[in-house]
Amino acid sequence: MAIIPKKHEMPAQPPVVRARNFREVALGYDEETAVAEAERCLHCKNQPCVSGCPVNIAIPDFIRLITEHNYEGAYQVITQSSSLPAVCGRVCPQESQCESKCTLGIRFEPVAIGRLERFVADRHNSTVTEPPAKPAPNGHRVAVIGSGPSGLTCAGDLAKQGFAVTVYEALHTAGGVLVYGIPEFRLPKTIVAHEVETLISLGVQIETNIIIGKTLTVDELFEMGYEAVFIGSGAGLPNFMGIPGESYKGVYSANEYLTRSNLMRAYLDDPVTPIMKHGKVAVVGGGNVAMDAARTALRLGAEHVYIVYRRSMDELPARREEVEHAQEEGIEFMLLTNPTEVLGYRNPDVPRDERNGFVTGLRCIRMELGEPDEKGRRRPVPVAGSEFDLPVDTVVIAIGTSPNPLIKSTTEGLEVNRRGGIVVTEEGLTSRAGVYAGGDAVTGAATVISAMGAGKTAAKAIAAALLQKG
Amino acid sequence: MYQIISRKALNRTVTMLEIEAPLVAKKAKAGQFIILRVDEDGERVPFTVYDTDKERGTVSIIFQVLGATTKKLDAKREGEYLCDFAGPLGIATETTGKQRVCVVGGGVGCAIALPIARAFKENGTDVTSIIGFRTRELIILEQEFRAVSDRMHLMTDDGSFGEHGNVCMPLVQMLGAGEQFDEIIAIGPMMMMKFVVEAARPYGTPVTVSMNPIMIDGTGMCGGCRVTLNRNGERITKFACVDGPDFNGYEIDFDEAISRNRMYVDFERRAYENTCNLLRAREER
Repeated sequence: MAIIPKKHEMPAQPPVVRARNFREVALGYDEETAVAEAERCLHCKNQPCVSGCPVNIAIPDFIRLITEHNYEGAYQVITQSSSLPAVCGRVCPQESQCESKCTLGIRFEPVAIGRLERFVADRHNSTVTEPPAKPAPNGHRVAVIGSGPSGLTCAGDLAKQGFAVTVYEALHTAGGVLVYGIPEFRLPKTIVAHEVETLISLGVQIETNIIIGKTLTVDELFEMGYEAVFIGSGAGLPNFMGIPGESYKGVYSANEYLTRSNLMRAYLDDPVTPIMKHGKVAVVGGGNVAMDAARTALRLGAEHVYIVYRRSMDELPARREEVEHAQEEGIEFMLLTNPTEVLGYRNPDVPRDERNGFVTGLRCIRMELGEPDEKGRRRPVPVAGSEFDLPVDTVVIAIGTSPNPLIKSTTEGLEVNRRGGIVVTEEGLTSRAGVYAGGDAVTGAATVISAMGAGKTAAKAIAAALLQKG
Repeated sequence: MYQIISRKALNRTVTMLEIEAPLVAKKAKAGQFIILRVDEDGERVPFTVYDTDKERGTVSIIFQVLGATTKKLDAKREGEYLCDFAGPLGIATETTGKQRVCVVGGGVGCAIALPIARAFKENGTDVTSIIGFRTRELIILEQEFRAVSDRMHLMTDDGSFGEHGNVCMPLVQMLGAGEQFDEIIAIGPMMMMKFVVEAARPYGTPVTVSMNPIMIDGTGMCGGCRVTLNRNGERITKFACVDGPDFNGYEIDFDEAISRNRMYVDFERRAYENTCNLLRAREER
């Protein structure tokens, strides 16, 4: 049988339509397409894709089951390794992970592993209504801090082995960045809620509105009888640029902008939480979060949206697919451009002028790429005299985050690095006995799947340590 | 769900709610705040803790009906529930190691100032209180303040009760007469706190202010509550939710903070009117 050189296209809402609604962009494969795509797999012996997956899903096995129309079997294979298949199938950067290792990809396009994973998970979620059986308890208790991807993965893996797991979440809804950060059009909230429900059926308890470091401390969790604690509290405080004007009204961190729209549903027609919706928007930064913010701005009703990034397209760190989607939707990329000041309205004669203090623009300077820095990325340097003003009403700053101080400051003996990230061993163990950590709280802002990988590693170490104890 | 154990109207627009939240009650200290949502579709709003009862496992807040959420909150009755209630957040006010302090409260800010005055008193500090209100019928907590103060000035803007004038007047008078305070703690409207700082400036008395910027998560994630401090010629960004809410009053950029708090005034006005209409329609039904 001849090899089909390209992946089967992912059906998606047309750009002009989707740019103005919050419904999911990518619509998913139907059964026929999924089977046809699964048949592209060469089933090579050394299975390089598996090593490219941070949670080592048995990829060729589930793909084979798709070709046999055994979709539920495929689902069971995936869930042996991943607690959140419907999430990963949507937000993983497969092009730099499993798919980048695909043998087929050497000469052709790799197998669309992510799209197949999504198909399998969605198929299961829409056909299987019976919750998974609760495993027999093994008598051990573990506390997980944070219900984002690392916490949910750690909790799920432990619950499947019979551990009694409680997840503590600071916000009012479980899901962490999956609910406050990643927009509905990329990851519908019903999908996250479904994955959380699955964990609850496995026996995981979720306690919302509890801020570890404030409501309870890590030490108190041990006093309460937990034998191990996993910290998956996420990245924390947003970074700002330190340029004049960042406190004008209309300047948001990406965290605030996305939280208002996603978690607090400011995108609704009649929201209870406000957000600035109109005019022109500049998003500063080039990561996935910047793409999410820019595409959210468009859907909120912005007239025009810019991505302002100081390096070139080659260095832009966002997933290719997100960049392409953003471009198709009409977002303008101002590359090799760096903001130097946020401009605001000031009417000194009329202090009560309602427009006072609102953003009017972003002063930027053109950049060019100079010598490579220590990471080998060419350092952007300003081009003298190239300043210009970009008239905008809203500025969203998406240049990363710094670790949250709440747990560190209330947990004695918890070692952190220079940047404030929690120091862990390869097994995810911190400097405190019985305390493990993973995800952005350790690495700083990274991906959903790497956080899941860390949650998985820690779960394995926790299980080994507690089961050995007997 | 968090049950409302008791409810008391302190005046026409100010209400106290006692809410069952044992874990928060166990931890909360003067100056800290909580975040609540009234119902499933509600916004997240911070309120400073007024009082706690560890035995009953309750936390009390005092609020003035100003917008949509406080209007909905005010409509809640004893035995009903709030959807979410999380805390305690922020760093507690430092109330130890002081000989003599002046606590200045303005309007509903007095509800936050009182537990701070009380904590000082319990730590053996000499407490002078200045509390101010627009008019007689808006006065709250008068007896409670008297109980924890060594001396007290009760001011009304219109002179309808107590002394006539604003809270800065007795402060300036005392400082001018050579009275010494280790610290002045000012809590109330932004403008009032700004003027207290200006009143104290010539005397160099340290002033601590409690900031109440717009917040969403309150846990150090969104950065919406940022305030700017002017320190040694540098402008420094701090987050009220994890670095505050108390700050050195001399360092705060009040004009910026006042402006930022007015970011959504139009939206808030509309939301308030909608909520009022909704509640009225429900009553009529």
